[in-house]
Amino acid sequence: MEKLLLLGDEAVSQGAIDAGMSGMYAYPGTPSTEIMEYVQRSKTARDRNIHRQWSANEKTAMEASLGMSYAGKRSMVAMKHVGLNVAADVFMNAAVTGVNGGLLVAVADDPSMHSSQNEQDSRYYGRFALVPILEPSNQQEAYDMSYEGMDFSEKYNLPVMIRLTTRLSHSRSGVKTKEIKDEKEISYPADPIQFVLLPSNARKKYKILLDKLTELRKISDDSKYNTYFDGEDKSLGIIACGIGFNYFMENFPDGICPYPVLKIGQYPLPTKMVQEIDGECEKLLVIEEGYPMVEELLRGFLNKEKRILGRLDGTIPRAGELNPNIIAAALGKGNGKTLQVPDIVANRPPQFCSGCSHKDVYEALNETMKLFGSDQRVFSDIGCYTLGALSPYKSIHTCVDMGASITMAKGAADAGVRPAVAVIGDSTFTHSGITGLLDAVNENSQITVIISDNSTVGMTGGQPSSALGKLENICVGIGVDPDHVRVVTPLRKYHEEIVDVLNEEIQYEGVSVVIPSRECIQTLTRKKKKT
Amino acid sequence: MKSDIILAGVGGQGILSIAATIGMAALENDLQLKQSEVHGMSQRGGAVQSHLRISDKSISSDLIPVGKADLIISVEPMEGLRYLSYLTDDGWLVTNSKPFKNIPDYPEIEKLTGSIDKIENHIILDADKIAHKIKSPRSSNMVMLGAASPFVDLPYKSFEVGIEKIFGRKGEQIVKLNLDALKAGREFAEQSVKTELNN
Ligand SMILES: Cc1ncc(C[n+]2csc(CCOP(=O)(O)OP(=O)(O)O)c2C)c(N)n1
Repeated sequence: MEKLLLLGDEAVSQGAIDAGMSGMYAYPGTPSTEIMEYVQRSKTARDRNIHRQWSANEKTAMEASLGMSYAGKRSMVAMKHVGLNVAADVFMNAAVTGVNGGLLVAVADDPSMHSSQNEQDSRYYGRFALVPILEPSNQQEAYDMSYEGMDFSEKYNLPVMIRLTTRLSHSRSGVKTKEIKDEKEISYPADPIQFVLLPSNARKKYKILLDKLTELRKISDDSKYNTYFDGEDKSLGIIACGIGFNYFMENFPDGICPYPVLKIGQYPLPTKMVQEIDGECEKLLVIEEGYPMVEELLRGFLNKEKRILGRLDGTIPRAGELNPNIIAAALGKGNGKTLQVPDIVANRPPQFCSGCSHKDVYEALNETMKLFGSDQRVFSDIGCYTLGALSPYKSIHTCVDMGASITMAKGAADAGVRPAVAVIGDSTFTHSGITGLLDAVNENSQITVIISDNSTVGMTGGQPSSALGKLENICVGIGVDPDHVRVVTPLRKYHEEIVDVLNEEIQYEGVSVVIPSRECIQTLTRKKKKT
Repeated sequence: MKSDIILAGVGGQGILSIAATIGMAALENDLQLKQSEVHGMSQRGGAVQSHLRISDKSISSDLIPVGKADLIISVEPMEGLRYLSYLTDDGWLVTNSKPFKNIPDYPEIEKLTGSIDKIENHIILDADKIAHKIKSPRSSNMVMLGAASPFVDLPYKSFEVGIEKIFGRKGEQIVKLNLDALKAGREFAEQSVKTELNN
């Protein structure tokens, strides 16, 4: 046993490594990125040669993870909440097939959207797929749940979701580790058609999944992660999920709370425990990070008794991350007088690094678009280059989901928009842009795609890009005319040339791709420091 | 014993090295610790903060409640002010005076120092200048830590051990430069405050 100082993300990684994981798969995304990065740095992972390479996207990552599970070995896949949308197809179906080797799905949600497009709550996906969800309240639980989750997954033959949120993902604390287990040997599933979801078999497998639910509820009642703390004052009962429990307890510094509290760390909800607190208390306050999922379940559509308090009745704000002060207010405790932040303090939003290649791309793009009239719109995507939507550039007008720039430009071109231009990053392109470009090629849509290639996954800290050195070949390979795949170097001194190339390609009546290519200034500086 | 500390700065200024050093110092004393960090988008030149909580009792929340921070350490004069609502009545603001201007509407420096002067317990120092003076120009963060160290309830020696552990990999020379910076910051604080200090 060792004591380590770990981020919540890292505790999940260490737990899986110690549980004998043979492979880790992921696509980067805040706040989940450190789960894979920790495995990549781990000496044990290196010694054991645990698989630890980034995948092209979350779907390919989860499928590979399932493949390793099929082979009888333990694996984990990690992603941010919106990544689970991309992997949803395999996720939903893997619940029906079940697993062979243990399979952990670690998903990190981002309430308050610190680095995300939305604040969707992954517990809904877990519930939707009918798989067990573990939600740690601290770093030690994150470790334990990951370590024990592998056994749990194998015992019930199901993928197990571990749900984190930003604060726990990125907060560090002491973690005691357990004995490291051996990896599993290769062994095929005993039933050769376990993974064959032809309707006749899928119906059987789905029935089995439904039957397991009853058992999972029972296990939840006995789980050490669901705990009932009794209290004298029954006017209010507290149901606190995940790190919501910490924010609640922060309001009782001596650790003594007058109300009965049910702490939830494992779903489906423990039936008996919920019935007990419901029977004991006049009202229930539900504290959960993310959407009001538990609250909605308990309250029901008609909400006749109006006894359930939380985000839906306004006791807690409907959106955004929790904190101790929000819970204090919900409990009717004042937060006292605080010092005023002076008005002169200005906002400091994230911005392009000095020397960033995307800046040169936008300088050229803005000049080019002006040639086509005053109100021009450009479709774009998610990455560092999305900062081009802000002042001073204001070059792009959409950022929806990975890959949408190309397909939205195509749809707009179909509607008659000229010019229809998309700006996408190299990693976003290989994540989800290629198939959209194929659609455009197949219809010879009149679009121009700018792949702003900084040769890394910049936004999430400079991970290697799956696209590295492959962009031109991919575009030509799926049928873009090689004469209209143009590579330029985004530097100030080539500004005129880039404007000319963009202008020519935008006027071309078909699919054209312009690839401004220059390495990210951050990864470049890091490399220089090393040598 | 409990110390709730907010570290403030701009993405890229390396406030996490300060947090890591205090964290090591706390572990040295067998204390509990929770340290929440900002990763992701804001690291691109945006405002960043870290909540560091150390205590001899178990710690519930990873975030410090408003009005409960004992200390704000800011490596930039505007950024510390951003989190003022977190400070307790008798808490300390220890801030660098050297601005990091990467926005068009950065306030006038006189206005910032004016606001800082209004805070009862504060120390303002040009950590970059001090770091240059002691020929350790890249250690301004450790100058800041040194200046803040009297207000963290830990023995000075523990910070030195923290530096040795955090920077040890980089060699003796780097450790020494950072120890010098720590000391220079500490001396500045001790001179500017006449209050009784621990140790
Ligand atoms: C489905 C999904 N997965 C991951 C992310 C997180 N994410 C946002 S942008 C990005 C990578 C962008 O890399 P690239 O396209 O190369 O652009 P760069 O940031 O380097 O400019 C990632 C991983 C996301 N928003 N959505």
